Amino acid sequence: MKTFKGRVIVPGTCTAEALVSHNGFNTLASYQMAMMFGDKKVKCGDQNNEELYKKPMINKALCLPMTIGSTTGGMVLFTVCSMGRQPACMLFSKTIDSLAASGAIMGDVWTEAEMPVIDELGDEFLEYVKTGMKITVKADGVVEVE
Amino acid sequence: MKLTPEQQAMLNGEKGETMAKVVKTLVMYGETFGAERMVPVTSEYGHTVISFGLKVMKPVYDLYQKIIDAGLASGQKFTADPKPLDKNVPSSLLDDLVFKKIMYTEQKMYEQQLRELGITNDDDYTCTCYLDQVGNKPKKGDVLSWAESSAVVYANSVLGARCNRNSGMLELMGSIAGFVPEFGLLTDEGRKATWIVEVKCEKKPEAQLLGSAIGMKVLEEVPYVKGMEQWLGTELTDETCTYLKDFGAATASNGAVGLYHIAGLTPEAKEQGEALIAEGAQVYVIDDAELERVKNNYPVIWKNPDAKPELCFVGCPHMTLQQLIDWTENVGKALEEKGLKKITVPTVFTSSTPVIKEFEKTPYAKQLKKYGVIVSYICPLMYMNNPLCKKKAVITSSNKLRTYTSARYYTEADILRIITTKEEK
Repeated sequence: MKTFKGRVIVPGTCTAEALVSHNGFNTLASYQMAMMFGDKKVKCGDQNNEELYKKPMINKALCLPMTIGSTTGGMVLFTVCSMGRQPACMLFSKTIDSLAASGAIMGDVWTEAEMPVIDELGDEFLEYVKTGMKITVKADGVVEVE
Repeated sequence: MKLTPEQQAMLNGEKGETMAKVVKTLVMYGETFGAERMVPVTSEYGHTVISFGLKVMKPVYDLYQKIIDAGLASGQKFTADPKPLDKNVPSSLLDDLVFKKIMYTEQKMYEQQLRELGITNDDDYTCTCYLDQVGNKPKKGDVLSWAESSAVVYANSVLGARCNRNSGMLELMGSIAGFVPEFGLLTDEGRKATWIVEVKCEKKPEAQLLGSAIGMKVLEEVPYVKGMEQWLGTELTDETCTYLKDFGAATASNGAVGLYHIAGLTPEAKEQGEALIAEGAQVYVIDDAELERVKNNYPVIWKNPDAKPELCFVGCPHMTLQQLIDWTENVGKALEEKGLKKITVPTVFTSSTPVIKEFEKTPYAKQLKKYGVIVSYICPLMYMNNPLCKKKAVITSSNKLRTYTSARYYTEADILRIITTKEEK
């Protein structure tokens, strides 16, 4: 087991299976099709993201460097949270980008969804964590990977 | 973050629970990026990126209704991004079924919400709200609460306004509260260039290609671009602003650029020169070979890469009046040279309704119609979001459209050649 310490953007705790994207996570492209067609597993629809394409994202610990793409990204994350289709948590290796931050914060303030968000976990975090590993998020921004 | 007593009262709920949540959202957003205070939104108008009534986005419209019911219309009027549908744009019966029954089922309802929230006008749906015909043109130094990456980068870079790359919904919250957290591109420090781009091309680079190369390299950082004087001059003429509109949209979509400086041309570069460059800035040299390399690396995601183009979009971001006129002349010349009367690929030029209305007053509008080109106010990106449209062989001169959809990029000269090429029998 390895432990990483990040910065708490949205507080909370959870334990979930890791789903890892080493490239920028395109929020709109990833969620659009799953939401449009009511996919309960919320499979990733981003053809440009080989690591995540067609993989279920619901209740996973989404590990990523940052999000990319359209400025609708925050709105998409908010919608995902409103519908209860959000990941278990979002864990950023870099400083969170403004679009992901907006979505995560709106999800926290305006919905009942619980989705802890931690950023600045460092490049080593993303090098170490692999899809399928067990992730535990603590309230103080500590992330355990095993 | 230090709030004024009035802002603190709003956060504490003195103006109701909904306003308290609006302020809480802005405070959390600001604290994430180290903002120490809120600053007033000073522009006359806002601009929202959410212009579509998409069925799956129902929670967004529910939230907006909550805001309307709480009597919290935007503190400033605003313009919005382009609408998704126009019956004049080619689509099959099946496409229309998906558009109207699965995708944009909430469009009418949402447009009514925007009226209640404070849209300036039913015509003001465009990503180029800053053009004179639309009239949402901030002044230098204005603080904005806008979203729409291409409009934000234009307002920051060409007009010298100050705006962060906000998400949809959050921009409206800033307009409602009347203030936004001060960080990033709202600060002098955040507007310093951390990249120097040296353009060493032999000929004027295609705006959409140069922007793409720079966006991919600098991502969300601020570039200071040198070497463009010979082509762009030192004054912000209509022609130069049009170039910068397309250039900026590509930097913002192929990367996440919110502000660029062009040496000797854009307002802050003119005033401060190289003092705008941060210590330790990295250098990126661009020549013709580098642009060719970037273009050749674009993936072609058509099922059949050799398919004949079925549809062409020009105008993402929306075209200016002069672009519509220039393209009309160029299409006319190309058709004449090839002995053709009409274009050979269905083609849509997109522009804002106020610009289209001006264009229709000119003799060019009739000519363009005669050549078979459709002029529409839609957002081609929203058209391409239809899963059925994604399967079509669509071509475009827009690097933004290429980035977000399956549309294939060609330079403007290539687009002109393709849409005026005789069909082989």
